[in-house]
Amino acid sequence: MLYGTLFIVCIYYILPLWVMVMTSLKGMPEIRVGNIFAPPVEITFEPWVKAWSEACTGLNCDGLSRGFWNSVRILVPSVILSIAVASVNGYALVNWRFKGADVFFTILIFGSFIPYQVMLYPIVILLREMGIYGTLSGLVLVHTIFGMPILTLLFRNYFSSLPEELFKAARVDGAGFWAIYFRIMLPMSMPIFVVAVILQVTGIWNDFLFGVVFTKPDIYPMTVQLNNIVNSVQGVKEYNVNMAATLLTGLVPLTIYFISGKLFVRGIAAGAVKG
Amino acid sequence: MADGARRNPLFRNLTAKLAAVPMVLTALVVFAGGTVWTVVYSFTSSKLLPKLKWVGLDQYERLWGASRWLVAIENLLIYGVLSLVLTISIGFMLAVLLDQKIRFEDTFRTIMLYPFALSFIVTGLVWQWLLNPEFGVPSVIKAMGWESFELDLLHDPKIVLYGLLVAGLWQGTGFVMCIMLAGLRGIDEDIWKACRVDGIPRWKTYLFVIVPMMRPVFITTLVIVASGIVKLYDLVVAQTSGGPGNASQVPAMYVYDYMFQAQNLGQGFAASSMMLVSVLIVLIPWAYLEFGGRKRG
Amino acid sequence: MKTKTLAALLCSAVAVPLAANAVDLEVTHWWTSGGEAAAVAELAKAFDASGDHWVDGAIAGSGGTARPIMISRITGGDPMGATQFNHGQQAMELVEAGLMLDITDVAEANNWKSIVNPPSLLDACTIDGKIYCAPVNIHSPEWLWISNKVYEDLGIPVPQNWNEFVASAPQVEAAGKIPLALGGQPWQSNLAFGAISVAVAGLDVWKKVNVDKDMDVAAGPEYAAVFKAAADARKLAAKSNVQDWNQATNLVITDQAAAQIMGDWAQGEFAVAGEVAGKDYTCLPGLGLNAYLSTGGDAFYFPKLDDPEKEAAQKRLAALLVAPETQVAFNLKKGSLPIRGDVDLATANDCMKKGLEILASGNIVPSGDMVWSADVQKQIEDLMVEFWSSDMPAEDAQAKWVEILKSGL
Repeated sequence: MLYGTLFIVCIYYILPLWVMVMTSLKGMPEIRVGNIFAPPVEITFEPWVKAWSEACTGLNCDGLSRGFWNSVRILVPSVILSIAVASVNGYALVNWRFKGADVFFTILIFGSFIPYQVMLYPIVILLREMGIYGTLSGLVLVHTIFGMPILTLLFRNYFSSLPEELFKAARVDGAGFWAIYFRIMLPMSMPIFVVAVILQVTGIWNDFLFGVVFTKPDIYPMTVQLNNIVNSVQGVKEYNVNMAATLLTGLVPLTIYFISGKLFVRGIAAGAVKG
Repeated sequence: MADGARRNPLFRNLTAKLAAVPMVLTALVVFAGGTVWTVVYSFTSSKLLPKLKWVGLDQYERLWGASRWLVAIENLLIYGVLSLVLTISIGFMLAVLLDQKIRFEDTFRTIMLYPFALSFIVTGLVWQWLLNPEFGVPSVIKAMGWESFELDLLHDPKIVLYGLLVAGLWQGTGFVMCIMLAGLRGIDEDIWKACRVDGIPRWKTYLFVIVPMMRPVFITTLVIVASGIVKLYDLVVAQTSGGPGNASQVPAMYVYDYMFQAQNLGQGFAASSMMLVSVLIVLIPWAYLEFGGRKRG
Repeated sequence: MKTKTLAALLCSAVAVPLAANAVDLEVTHWWTSGGEAAAVAELAKAFDASGDHWVDGAIAGSGGTARPIMISRITGGDPMGATQFNHGQQAMELVEAGLMLDITDVAEANNWKSIVNPPSLLDACTIDGKIYCAPVNIHSPEWLWISNKVYEDLGIPVPQNWNEFVASAPQVEAAGKIPLALGGQPWQSNLAFGAISVAVAGLDVWKKVNVDKDMDVAAGPEYAAVFKAAADARKLAAKSNVQDWNQATNLVITDQAAAQIMGDWAQGEFAVAGEVAGKDYTCLPGLGLNAYLSTGGDAFYFPKLDDPEKEAAQKRLAALLVAPETQVAFNLKKGSLPIRGDVDLATANDCMKKGLEILASGNIVPSGDMVWSADVQKQIEDLMVEFWSSDMPAEDAQAKWVEILKSGL
């Protein structure tokens, strides 16, 4: 019974991935006539090659490969900075409560509900005034800002679950803000860092809107090419290439999930959810 | 040093305050500032560029007279309530299933969690495919012999929202399940033992003992899921583009379309202000409970 | 400021005689499909051949996705070298805010005033007597595309205008085919309505409403007839449940549907499918009733850059876009009409020739982009989406439509 239910549930989750993989391995003629769930009669890797290195975006026919390293260049600093800031926030909110902290935190949570599209104009103006519009640092800053609400919430919950005596003992020993953060808090909070990394990698890697609005073509992330491949409506839609492109783009976060799924749950279990 | 701190409380824990500067700036300048800016400009007739030409409540009058906006609000309410209830209850039930000390737990969990790694755009595209009546799941059911089977979750305006729901649940329940599972694992074994001794049935234990104990978990989940629902945009654009007709419109789409396609910033800002206000209405009681309760305790 | 202008003068004085200064110019546009990309490639090739370098900034997903990005970049102070817009009122505010480059000197030097046909295209680029954009092509949306095979099978003649088509619809339906294919995206409902209104109301009435903005005519009987015709069309399209326009065209190509109202770009789809105009399909400009075409199209705008070298390159690009060789090469690939009457499109196909004839005869009306603001158009689009997908009575729709037009006066 238990396994039966789980099995049926799993079909629901697996089906889309199955269809994506199968379709990406078929040729166009087979897709037109065949059943989308059937495995390919003739396996072809053509769509994958095309999606990676041949599909055109306007004049540039080098597929997704063009955006891959850009995505990495955006991803690494954004993930590091946003997590660093959010973890310090959480730590300060829990252990160094200052007047008005709750107000700021509430505003942050409110911020997590704001649709990104609404904030485009204010952010454009802000970055323009700071003189970093259109640069990589501008985009990293935007990711840090919009990653802050949920991450701060996670870190805050995590730190508040750690025994307070540890912190107090360190204070008595005369350790300051940063000393406690680096020597005591950091080593104890690896699980929650794993969770944060996973969340941020997924969010930032999949981001299209910020990547395209706040940068220039030479640092456009991979999702821009994905959009260009998938959204070109004229002519015949090459479903197999679309699916291959989709899978290729999703590969980085997917790999991280498959590798670290266990750590993810353990991280959350380690206290991320204890309020 | 202690004397100095007492004399001027502003400089107490100076480092901690400095470290919180990024958060304070983000909260004040970006989120609060951006919101105020948006609300202010919603009272103007700004078109392509923001301009301070006041028109009073005109934009709001027009907004609440627009049938598309009303449909969008109604859709978000229906989708939001269903999605919130289903995501959390399904997530919880899956977590309970996985918590029964089963084999292959890792495999099951990974399978349920992986959709979360994919973007909403991808989710929308894949489900658009799967739900297609000509070659998707419905056609397969027909081919299996159930000739009269008709379920068009993409093109039937009455049920198109449920098509979105199917895709949304696929993407989001795994993550909620993980949070819930983590919460369940955090429950002390002794509580289970005590309940067993008292002879309380398992399902009752879950419902009346465990769920109340997991209140913080539910609150965290609620914030995360609800914030996703309010922002719902990409999934709709990718799966149905708001169609057929206006049947699957959502507020974020209205905002975006009027800001950029219609080049009527004032109208877009008025719509987003309404969204933000409704968020505030939900959030203020939450903040009161969260912080007010703790201070007393 | 003064030193800057002085420097600019000095630089341009130096740059002109050298002229070999290759400049990288980033050009953003939303032409990413096969035919479109091939057309853009012609522009890029020509620009590169002239010694500069075209940096391509394509963003797929039509204007709706691309435009916010372009506007953000321009207002964010990091503009591209040139950008596509549909000409008309879209970019007006950017011009008014002083963010766009005045290219009047290029237009005068190349005599655009006398070569750009129809002149309304250039008018749409002109604000306060100065020219801010270079038109590159003409697209007309008022075409009815008919599958000949459907009618052959029925044994009745292929309709030659909208009324004949409506009359034939019951027979088409009886044969189990969709009379009218219509994609579900909002702009397509709007396009169909636009085509029907020019065709049914006729030029004079259309102009009274859209150019002279006479709201009494808009509420009057002529337009009641338009809405009635649209309500008829709605019934005919009831069974069509595709999204993209080219999927709808595909229904006509594969003879599952009898006809589609779509712009001239649809012929690209027929061509790709190997169908021949006149034999496999019939095209009726102005729905065969009133052979008028509205002439919208694409234009390039040039944001102001504080760099005299780039500015010179922008002006070189502007001149190049309108040059005859570029026009021919570009429009043949794009399937659109050139913006000048003095070039020869010998290889154009039947439908394109029909369009050229109408263009030459001057039976043209300005496009919606030119006469109404984007805001009014978007509201009409919302109304049309509602109208086409519900059973809203024609009279109600007309009343709402007049309200929307009034808000844009």
